[in-house]
Amino acid sequence: MKKSMIITALALASGLTSGAATAARDYINIVGSSTVYPFSTVVAERFGRATQFKTPKVESTGSGGGLKLFCSGVGIQFPDIANASRRIKQSEVAMCNENGVTEIVEVLVGFDGIVIGNSTEAKQIQFTRKDLFLGLAKYVPNPDGSETTVENPYKNWSEVNPALPNRAIEVLGPPPTSGTRDAFVELVMEAGCDQIDWVADLSKKAKAAAKAGNSAKADELKNQHKTMCQTVREDGAFVETGENDNLIVQKLNASPDAFGVFGFSFLDQNIDVIQGSMIDGFAPTFESISDGSYPVSRPLYFYVKKAHVGVIPGIHEYIKEFTHERAFGEEGYLADKGMISLDRAARRQTSQDVSNLKLLQL
Amino acid sequence: MNKSSQNVTLEKVNQSLARRYRAEKRFRAYGIGAILFGITCLVVLFTDIIGKGHSAFFQTHVYLEVTMDSDTLYIDDPTDPQQIAGADYLAVVRASLSERFPDVSGRRDKRALYALISNGADFELRKKLEADPQLLGKTFGVWFLVDDDVDTYFKSRSDDGEGGFDGRLNEKQITWVESLINEGVMESRFNTTFFTSGDSREPEQAGIKGAIMGSLFTLLVTIALSFPIGVAAAVYLEEYAPRNRFTEFIEININNLAAVPSIIFGLLGLSIFIGFFEMHRSIPLVGGLVLTLMTLPTIIISSRAALKAVPPSIRDAAYGLGASKMQVVVHHVIPLAMPGMLTGAIIGLAQALGETAPLLMIGMVAFVVDIPGGITDPATALPVQIFLWSDSPERAFVERTSAAIMVLLVFLISMNTLAIWLRKRLERRW
Repeated sequence: MKKSMIITALALASGLTSGAATAARDYINIVGSSTVYPFSTVVAERFGRATQFKTPKVESTGSGGGLKLFCSGVGIQFPDIANASRRIKQSEVAMCNENGVTEIVEVLVGFDGIVIGNSTEAKQIQFTRKDLFLGLAKYVPNPDGSETTVENPYKNWSEVNPALPNRAIEVLGPPPTSGTRDAFVELVMEAGCDQIDWVADLSKKAKAAAKAGNSAKADELKNQHKTMCQTVREDGAFVETGENDNLIVQKLNASPDAFGVFGFSFLDQNIDVIQGSMIDGFAPTFESISDGSYPVSRPLYFYVKKAHVGVIPGIHEYIKEFTHERAFGEEGYLADKGMISLDRAARRQTSQDVSNLKLLQL
Repeated sequence: MNKSSQNVTLEKVNQSLARRYRAEKRFRAYGIGAILFGITCLVVLFTDIIGKGHSAFFQTHVYLEVTMDSDTLYIDDPTDPQQIAGADYLAVVRASLSERFPDVSGRRDKRALYALISNGADFELRKKLEADPQLLGKTFGVWFLVDDDVDTYFKSRSDDGEGGFDGRLNEKQITWVESLINEGVMESRFNTTFFTSGDSREPEQAGIKGAIMGSLFTLLVTIALSFPIGVAAAVYLEEYAPRNRFTEFIEININNLAAVPSIIFGLLGLSIFIGFFEMHRSIPLVGGLVLTLMTLPTIIISSRAALKAVPPSIRDAAYGLGASKMQVVVHHVIPLAMPGMLTGAIIGLAQALGETAPLLMIGMVAFVVDIPGGITDPATALPVQIFLWSDSPERAFVERTSAAIMVLLVFLISMNTLAIWLRKRLERRW
């Protein structure tokens, strides 16, 4: 009697688990960028409450990690949508294709500004991207003017640019795994780096060498440019902290000389205690990021697996909600959460592409 | 031994006595110091968490009169559930606010006014109407949740209206809030939402029920698998296995596994359960399987210790009465070792409850709103919810993070108390 009960229980348990593993999925599975995550989750929540569909599940895995999962294949165990704070790369599309994910819909939803800011107890600072590069790069051009590099000798901001305050360089920024860091390096460091003529010439020379067929020389020049422009100093002036961490606010308040690097939505939520520094003459505001005058902003995308539309319920409805005027419009609820909206024409284009499920062409 | 040499020894002893007493006192002082240090850390931690988190158990509500006008709602057939579900409840809330503040005009100001109420207000009304369709056309009062910015302001101001933390509220909004407060229609109430809802991106609507249920299902899977397997392994190793190199090798490996960082188990789970068995990401079933792997060594080790503690005389007596080996083990040794094994299992589970790293790998660090109803629904767990909230930009999540930590601590303390109680209650002394 007892034995047969145990056997039945075991059989039931194994039957349940094997059934569960292959059961159909009735909720949308979203992965990807931690920058898009706060916006994606807001849409998911509203969508779940306002429709009869289940609330989508959103995982924050980073843009690269998300696209990797997204491109692993077609089938219910793979994600339906990948968020990204950059455009999908050619190599990622190739990986997708290899695994049978051939039809991808690309949706551009808005922009995110990257802000360098300090406590409101200190003065608002005007940086140029060149200042930031010289203050934060590991290798900088030799101050004597020759075309060589030295390890960053600057201790105070005033040594970088006499117009800046005479305060020690201390910047709290995201770790290398973060998309915010990638964007900061690309949009601030590299741009500032290329304002130094002989450094910018390096990449020109590399291109010329590649054209002339000297690929070894081209690679060498390219690498030289890359090490110079993309390496952040490691001597303690740049402190790695978590992204969008509430601790950053406390740290900035405790030391008014320090600066932090974070996304615009974070500044927007804490506007009473931290202020954004001006970069190249523009303060980070909705307007300046939206019209492109504030130089440090990046596009926010998500990618949809077309093969899953119609199989997993609600995908098309979800992306329509995301690209509805009440969500990603200038006065939409995503703007309240700090997303910078596209201009009217681009929004109309996006909505149209979404309703036709226009496929990505690279 | 003569008298004088005895005196010399006594004198020496007496001389050194003071020094020995001092050393003794110092030695005790070190111990007390260590305990005081530990208590201080604990007190600092608890005051910080409770100081930050206690306010999250209260939530500001505002009382508004709403009129369920069928024209405003666009409902012409109240029997149609589709119309009830799709009606414009926001318009009702907005109309009520506009009525309360008739001078507010202009798009910008109106938006600012509407922003004072939580954007979940319309869902609240929908629920009310769905529950009781008779309400259509009637006017009644509702206590609405206020927006998180208003909540933070209300909590931080003193009773005479000073020192409010205005955050993102503008001057006009503060005037409106103050006038509502003076009227007495704004008050702090117990935050039931926090215990009855799943996660939300709006702090005032966020709750931990989803995370608690996720943790519960995960732990159910863990206990259902790890306890029987752990006990069976321990009984075999302790009672049956011969002492040879092979069993020694197994023993070393079990002890080793107990010390392996938990993230490794997460990676293992990712490649086996999700990669090979193609289970879904983020479900408690996979979480439970991973945590089973993690807690097994703890349970095996403590179960073996409990079995070892059963005196041989019990076994000998049972054998003496003609019991078979299985009868000895099942009827005598296991019941006597049970309290110890249960204690080990509970401590292993408490460890599993506080674990985040392996869950990260299998996708349980996710935004899940719907409260999971079984082991195959997507879910998060309590520590994961704490991690996610601590990373949210909204200020009101700071207090909710601390409140969630308090809830987790309550669970951990009660589990450990249960373990101690079981041990005290069921333990037998020989």
